Amino acid sequence: MARLRELPLPSADEEIWRYSRIDALDPTAFEVKGADTKVLGGEGFVTIGASAAVIAEPDVFAEINTEHQSTVVVEVPRGTTVDEPIVITHTSRPGSASFPRTVLRVGENAEVTVIERFNSASGGAALVAPVLSAEVAPAGRLTYLAVNDVDLEAWQVGHQLVVGDRDSSVRISTVTLGGHYTRVRTEARSSGQGSSTKQVALYFAAGDQMHDFRVIQDHDAPHTSSDLLFKGAVQDRARSVYTGLITIREHARGTAAYQTNRNLTLSEGAWAESVPNLDIRTNDVKCSHASTVGPIDDDQRFYLESRGVPPETAERLVVLGFFEEVLDQLPPGPHADELRAAVAAKLDLQGGAP
Amino acid sequence: MSELVISGLHATVAGREILRGVDLTVRSGEVHAVMGPNGAGKSTLSAVVMGRAGYEVTAGSVTLDGEDVLAMPTWQRAVAGLHLVMQYPTEVPGVALHDVMVEALTSRGRASGDVRGHLVAEAARIGFEERFLDRPLNVDLSGGEKKRNETLQLAMLRPRIAILDELDSGLDIDALRDCSRRVEELSNDAENPLGVLAITHYNRLLTELKPDRVHILVRGRIVASGGAELATTLEADGYAAFTDGDEPAEAGEEASGLDDLFRM
Repeated sequence: MARLRELPLPSADEEIWRYSRIDALDPTAFEVKGADTKVLGGEGFVTIGASAAVIAEPDVFAEINTEHQSTVVVEVPRGTTVDEPIVITHTSRPGSASFPRTVLRVGENAEVTVIERFNSASGGAALVAPVLSAEVAPAGRLTYLAVNDVDLEAWQVGHQLVVGDRDSSVRISTVTLGGHYTRVRTEARSSGQGSSTKQVALYFAAGDQMHDFRVIQDHDAPHTSSDLLFKGAVQDRARSVYTGLITIREHARGTAAYQTNRNLTLSEGAWAESVPNLDIRTNDVKCSHASTVGPIDDDQRFYLESRGVPPETAERLVVLGFFEEVLDQLPPGPHADELRAAVAAKLDLQGGAP
Repeated sequence: MSELVISGLHATVAGREILRGVDLTVRSGEVHAVMGPNGAGKSTLSAVVMGRAGYEVTAGSVTLDGEDVLAMPTWQRAVAGLHLVMQYPTEVPGVALHDVMVEALTSRGRASGDVRGHLVAEAARIGFEERFLDRPLNVDLSGGEKKRNETLQLAMLRPRIAILDELDSGLDIDALRDCSRRVEELSNDAENPLGVLAITHYNRLLTELKPDRVHILVRGRIVASGGAELATTLEADGYAAFTDGDEPAEAGEEASGLDDLFRM
């Protein structure tokens, strides 16, 4: 088993890695070993371990993924609807560095839901550097959900590159509960007229966890739309960062783009940063961004307590209610219920800790 | 029988004295109205009795059946039998009324029954649409629906003493009648007659909810108490008879001319 080579890692001095824990990562501590990957559903549409897909490699983690990737390709031919969600589960081992790559090709007027779960066995740190590459052809419809539930010692640094062509409909959801440091960089590009993208995320960091999101909504065609809602909570000494950028290019007139990021700080020592940005290079657009960081609303807490709900229970209800707006928009089915329960369980666990 | 006793209550907000010695006793089955001009301290009184943050009690006491209410956190005051119907019920996104009622009844040791069925029955009684029961609390409800929702919770939780903070603000005449009737029924309940402290600016509420006693609160003190006829006097003469006329009103954030008091 080979150790991961020395990587020319970026530094937290670089703007795009600002606030990150990149300076504390030692890649040579991990051995290259593919995660245990299982795929449920999608028979006839899924190929494992074969892709010549070339992706843009925005940084060293995508490069190393290209070098060591283990690939799952989902290809849905034109006009085809895959009825049941395809569920891809990666489980990595302690001490391992794994590089899952998922390639989704959604044909013209085709439709598919893909749920990708990242888990890791406990018992030591692991490094997971996944890449998602999705291309949605004209009038194609992709619903994608990534669930991060890796071990509390694990590092995950991922990329998502999603391109939607004319009149396509793309929905990218993220639920992040795990990891010592979990970072996802998402580039969602509307490349064809009339395409629309919706992104939602829920993240909840506790203890010494850190969740770090860099999201670009890139409008590269006229009359495209994107809507983003990221909601997070930090507890204990946990940290989170949301940095979002809406780019509307010169020719993307008639575009509507929105980003909203809301964060709850549940402990004195917890820290969340929210940095929404706009880069608008044309007129005739509708654009807005909103971001908040703060504790639970005193009035909401008082309202519930004045009904006789004890403080810990009131806080739990308010936090779950805060996340409900995202949970409500996940692909329906058992996963949504399971995640709702997982969030509640994590909240209960943390509530019991000093 | 229960008894809420407010005695010599002084309270400050941001270092400023708003309540300056309030004495008031409410017993089971009694309906008391506290009326007063803007800034008299009406909302402060309800906030202090329920333990809202930001208010400091500097003297006096509040007891419920002899127990020191001021020593309890808010939720225990509610469990002990106090309830606040809020003037502006807070929106709590993503939290369903049903779930809150389950938790509120659980803390009272009363969640064993059919909470859903009970809610549906009470909702029908107060004219609150059943589909609102699973909606996030107070989100996207009209003023009247919010007050029906507040009254519904009152009926679900069955406190011993309820403080109605401007129940009559922001709701239409039908909702006012429905809410007042339900409160009236609860106060006439044979087993557990509700004691009511209705804080109000106008006497519109009192045409629906018949008070046994009316108290006039001016500048943090009860300056007059009497029967229902006191409200009628007020309507005719305004608060001028109860004020010295030269001192500014307390907590003047909403101070307005006394002449406006009974304009709707």
